Amino acid sequence: MAKVTIDGIEIDVPDGTTILQAARMIGPEVAPPTMCYHSKLKTSGGYCRTCLVEVTKGSEKDPRPMPKLVASCRTNVMDGMVVTNGLSEKVQDARAGVVEFLLLNHPLDCPICDQAGECHLQDLSYEHGHYNTRTDFERRTFEKIDIGDTIQLHMTRCILCYRCVKVAEQITDGRVHGVINRGDASEISTYIKEAIDNDFSGNMIDVCPVGALTDKTFRFKSRVWFTKPVDAHRDCDKCSGKVVLWYKGDDVLRVTGRKDQWGEVEEFICNTCRFDKKKTSDWTIEGVREISRHSVISANKYKKLVKPKRLTINDIKALPE
Amino acid sequence: MQLTNRSKVASVKTLNWVEQLYLPAIIKGMIITFSHIFRKKATVRYPEQKRPIANIYRGLHVLKRDEEGRENCTACGLCAVACPAEAITMEAAERKKGEEHLYREEKYAAMYEINMLRCIFCGLCEEACPKDAIYLTDRILPSNYARNRFIYGKDLLVEGTTPETRIDISGRKKDYEMNV
Repeated sequence: MAKVTIDGIEIDVPDGTTILQAARMIGPEVAPPTMCYHSKLKTSGGYCRTCLVEVTKGSEKDPRPMPKLVASCRTNVMDGMVVTNGLSEKVQDARAGVVEFLLLNHPLDCPICDQAGECHLQDLSYEHGHYNTRTDFERRTFEKIDIGDTIQLHMTRCILCYRCVKVAEQITDGRVHGVINRGDASEISTYIKEAIDNDFSGNMIDVCPVGALTDKTFRFKSRVWFTKPVDAHRDCDKCSGKVVLWYKGDDVLRVTGRKDQWGEVEEFICNTCRFDKKKTSDWTIEGVREISRHSVISANKYKKLVKPKRLTINDIKALPE
Repeated sequence: MQLTNRSKVASVKTLNWVEQLYLPAIIKGMIITFSHIFRKKATVRYPEQKRPIANIYRGLHVLKRDEEGRENCTACGLCAVACPAEAITMEAAERKKGEEHLYREEKYAAMYEINMLRCIFCGLCEEACPKDAIYLTDRILPSNYARNRFIYGKDLLVEGTTPETRIDISGRKKDYEMNV
């Protein structure tokens, strides 16, 4: 066991836990934001640098602070470690810089993008980003590619987090896409158009933190905050069958996996569940999904009406003399 | 129980004999009444004559087009989510090849409806719009007998392409200086 202090909150965690996992155990107030780390994918993380934290005390044995900010998703905790995240000005400054770098080539097309409303980069830039860019050069642009019959790739929006590559590597058998070229020129590609036809390829859409990989069957159908998420399940021979149905009126507009509070899919679902079962009769409905009231998806959605107590004249206290 | 100390006892005064005639009071009242004939009128003859409207007046909405006559709206839904009265609904569609002269972005509003009975003319849709598409104008919402006539679709909201049918909103345009 190791005792670690994050933003002044102490917690005992088992050895081998990363700073990020320890912070998430405490709660969302101290957990650093992540773009490339995904708890269900091995070796994910370490690319995007949004989870940088400051270690002000290395450990009980070696109390020197770490010289540079560290990526919390890739750094294990030590006994007696003291970490600052939200309280550190250095971290906030660095994170704003990271966001600026992520947005260098990211287009400003949130009004068009289907991911808007559940996009991690949108949240991040809302918190740390600038409204203006400081660069003069053109953003790099790509043509839209259909990398499967149901998945569309907008390479322009990609931030190269490698999550979809890890999904293809770890969930499906045989990866047929990856990052080609190097450095500034690197891009996600399949080499051959429409090559991805794996049963679990649709999970790339769910893990994509931005709108680079989107569901073609949902394209421009609705904005996410006009749809109502409902938990449902079905007996599926390929996957767990636990999904979220996104309703608009009586129509299921799209089916996604269930995401936890960090926006990461709990259980991966198969393409049959995701793309082919879009009727209410295919599913056993469990109930309306709980949405954080800070999310835009909760807009215009109401729970049971609780009427305020009607005051009678006897409830009103007499004014003091 | 006395709640405040502002209450006053009303006087019940008996009238004297001049007051009991009522005639002086009636004449006094008539003078006031007739003097109003020579005063400036408080009303105008509305449809022919119109009062000036302030630039910030929030009347009937317009969906703007750009200089080339393409619709600005991309059906992003921000106006609908900003609307406190939930008056706005929309459906998006993808722009096809050959429609570039009609719509500015690759997505456009195939259906856009404002329920004018729900609308409270607060102008939050205009504030929310990232594409300069929706504006409230100095036009006044006309009355109607049928409730369903108050649901304004794109046919009533989108401005025309010719210069005469364009709707001027230059008085309402705000120039936000962001994050300087």
